[in-house]
Amino acid sequence: MNRQLIPTLAIAPATPALADWALNLPVGVTSISRTAYGLHMLAFWICVGIGVIVFGALFWAVIRHRKSRGVVAATFHENLRLEIVWIVLPFLVLIAMAVPATEALVAMNDTGNADLTIKITGQQWRWRYDYMDAGIGFFSSLDPKSAEASKRGSGIDPVSVDHYLLKVDNPLVVPVGKKIRFLTTATDVIHSWWVPALGFKKDAIPGFVNEIWARVDTPGTYRGQCTELCGVGHGFMPIVLVAMNEPDYQTWLKQMQTKQAQETAGAARVWSRDELYAKGEEVFGRICAACHQATGLGIPGVFPALKGSPIANGPVAAHMERVMNGKPGTAMPAFSTQLSDVEIAGVITYERNSWGNQMGDVVQPAEVKLARK
Amino acid sequence: MADIALTHDQHHAPRGGLARWLFTTNHKDIGTLYLCFSGLMLLTGGSFAMVIRAELFQPGLQFVEPLTYNQMTTMHALVMIFGAIMPAFVGLANWMIPMMIGAPDMALPRLNNWSFWLLPFAFTLLLSTWFLPGGPPAGGWTMYPPLIFQTGAAFPFLIFAIHLMGISSVMGAINIITTVFNMRAPGMSFFKLPLFVWTWIITAFLLIAAMPVLAGVVTMLLTDKYFGTSFFNAAGGGDPVMFQHVFWFFGHPEVYIMILPAFGIVSQIVPTFARKPLFGYRSMIYAVVCIALLSFIVWAHHMFTVGMPLAGELFFMYSTILISVPTGVKVFNWVATMWRGSLSFETPMLWALAFIVLFSIGGFSGLMLGLAPVDFQYQDTYFVVAHFHYVLVTGALFAIIAAVYFWLPKWTGHMYNEGLGKLHFWLSAISVNVLFFPQHFLGLAGMPRRIPDYATQFAGWNMVSSIGGFVFGASQLIFLYLVISTVRSGAIASDQVWEGAQGLEWTLPSPPPYHSFTEAPDVP
Repeated sequence: MNRQLIPTLAIAPATPALADWALNLPVGVTSISRTAYGLHMLAFWICVGIGVIVFGALFWAVIRHRKSRGVVAATFHENLRLEIVWIVLPFLVLIAMAVPATEALVAMNDTGNADLTIKITGQQWRWRYDYMDAGIGFFSSLDPKSAEASKRGSGIDPVSVDHYLLKVDNPLVVPVGKKIRFLTTATDVIHSWWVPALGFKKDAIPGFVNEIWARVDTPGTYRGQCTELCGVGHGFMPIVLVAMNEPDYQTWLKQMQTKQAQETAGAARVWSRDELYAKGEEVFGRICAACHQATGLGIPGVFPALKGSPIANGPVAAHMERVMNGKPGTAMPAFSTQLSDVEIAGVITYERNSWGNQMGDVVQPAEVKLARK
Repeated sequence: MADIALTHDQHHAPRGGLARWLFTTNHKDIGTLYLCFSGLMLLTGGSFAMVIRAELFQPGLQFVEPLTYNQMTTMHALVMIFGAIMPAFVGLANWMIPMMIGAPDMALPRLNNWSFWLLPFAFTLLLSTWFLPGGPPAGGWTMYPPLIFQTGAAFPFLIFAIHLMGISSVMGAINIITTVFNMRAPGMSFFKLPLFVWTWIITAFLLIAAMPVLAGVVTMLLTDKYFGTSFFNAAGGGDPVMFQHVFWFFGHPEVYIMILPAFGIVSQIVPTFARKPLFGYRSMIYAVVCIALLSFIVWAHHMFTVGMPLAGELFFMYSTILISVPTGVKVFNWVATMWRGSLSFETPMLWALAFIVLFSIGGFSGLMLGLAPVDFQYQDTYFVVAHFHYVLVTGALFAIIAAVYFWLPKWTGHMYNEGLGKLHFWLSAISVNVLFFPQHFLGLAGMPRRIPDYATQFAGWNMVSSIGGFVFGASQLIFLYLVISTVRSGAIASDQVWEGAQGLEWTLPSPPPYHSFTEAPDVP
């Protein structure tokens, strides 16, 4: 039964999905999102009201006070009483908006007494979720089908792709009815984490931690995107949040814990060259190809080619050093904190033996583990 | 005495050919240069926008790679803000301020020449980045670190181009302040100055206060990138959010630098075609002063989501929504000016009316964005894109176009073709709403800004928006044709040009003499 849970997540019914030709904010599924929606509609109707009065007067003048109707212009050019009225009245309207907005802000800032804490780390161009209390963590990247279809000249109709650009490999799973404290941060550039149904976005800033909270009321799948320009993959780092009832959530949590324990164990054994190459190809396509391209040619002047590069065709130690610690001041991040030993070993093996690079050597997960120390 | 005057005049008569434009110290020539440059940049930045709208016409990537797309949005913004809108207002100021205050020319003519001629160099630097390895900057015109540090060879070009633009703007501002303070005709007291002059003085002070802040913050970027400082790097004790604070301390006054002269233009045009004096002249001035002062204490509303303390969020929310009070005063006063006037609807008036209505819509969405708890939903979505295009395109740009129609007969001595002008207006006014109004819906429905490709539920409104964009872009070619043909020929314009026109500039012949007022005029 546990085994079947993960596949069902991927096809969980799309909930308050935003329909074609949508016009308005979604109401959302948290108290914050409902408050935001209420304020939005209050401000909207106030604007409509002011618009009707002001534009009404303007168009009345345009229609009635025309020279072509033989109107002779009046000469008045001030009226102190009127001017005081249209300073004081808008001020009162502003107060009417500011009071509920202040209450909402105070409530949003109350991150105390959370039931669980999830750290969200943005990086170019995927999210990492760490469950601080349960000891699990994983990356969440764009669904490969969307990634493939979004390539220029792919010939794939985006409409034929399930939740085009809004689907991920590993969604963020949360229990309903629990107060969740989200901590947002980043490893490289600034990102911003936004799920409209939760009612907020929060910037993920390298070197700093922001906090925000949500309590999801209704089980379902909620989708969002990165909302701070973060480079060429900015449009391609979606967020999928799956809210589950507590028992389902506990089942999912146990499953993830088991899976991660198995992965750690797998890192201890010796891997064959083919196994590493296959692992590396998968990791490269998912993570490295966004910059270095699937062809290994990079983008001249922006992202260096790996095909024939001195690092991929030089000593293994230097290659590991670059992948694990990155290159400061560039888009090349330190992957030692982002990828597992197996993944790093695989991707280095792949890079040294692809696109005409023929080093013939392999890097074992154990070597990566050693290099971490 | 007469002989001296004669030789003096000959000495200052326009030179022939290219030398006239390179070495000119004449306010009209320099105004013309600014306006032509601005027109060129409008077409350049507009062509980038067409690429953006073409790519967004359908989901999937059809025309450009994501990197090129990000370069398009970055360059579109830089070129439009610093190359099209700001120089256009300086050009209008150069042409009109000496004529409006009864002066022969600007106070500092050589500085004037220099401040213009920096701009072509600044934009050569900026636009040459298309030919550098890695291409132009792609980190957005806001240049947020750390992302902007990933720019390739274009990085120093971007920084130095901004330095040059800033120097040009500050020199232009100094010139305008000096001119208005020193060169007014006898009897032209401050509270007789036309609103366009008033809004420009206040804008000039904003420029002097804001541009050096921008120059400072981009220099900090430069030293972070090349000289090992860590202003914006947390690992070195810095803070990337500090850049945003300093940038928007410049950025919000910058927004008003691009809209206050537009207020001035509309305040000239509406009374002219209402044949009735401007309602609340003094309260208009006080409102502009209030807006300018408030502009320095609202900056963090551009960055509500960075994680400020509650007190900070509250302060910036209150100060931001407060701006709607003086802005409201301006709109109410324009409507009151029209009330019981004797209105006619020549092309400049149509553009000014569209400005009042559409700028107000931009103001409404601005008020909504100012409410921090809802801004957490709006921030960095197409709702914001819709908002600032309503204030910058249907606000600033529409006012500039209105000003050109309004003053072109004065400048050239020729009337433009009224039919073509109205065609240009109606095509633009309709298409610009088809272009930008649906972007409100896209943003509310969840589409982030600055993405080259989008989920399929956003396809409908994006296609509508793109169609509006193409029509709006094409309509501006009518304007280009109209301006060129009016400069060359057309019905002779009278000195007064418009029946309801008031002010010193309309007492001069059309076109006015090379030196506007060689003798001080009588100020009524």
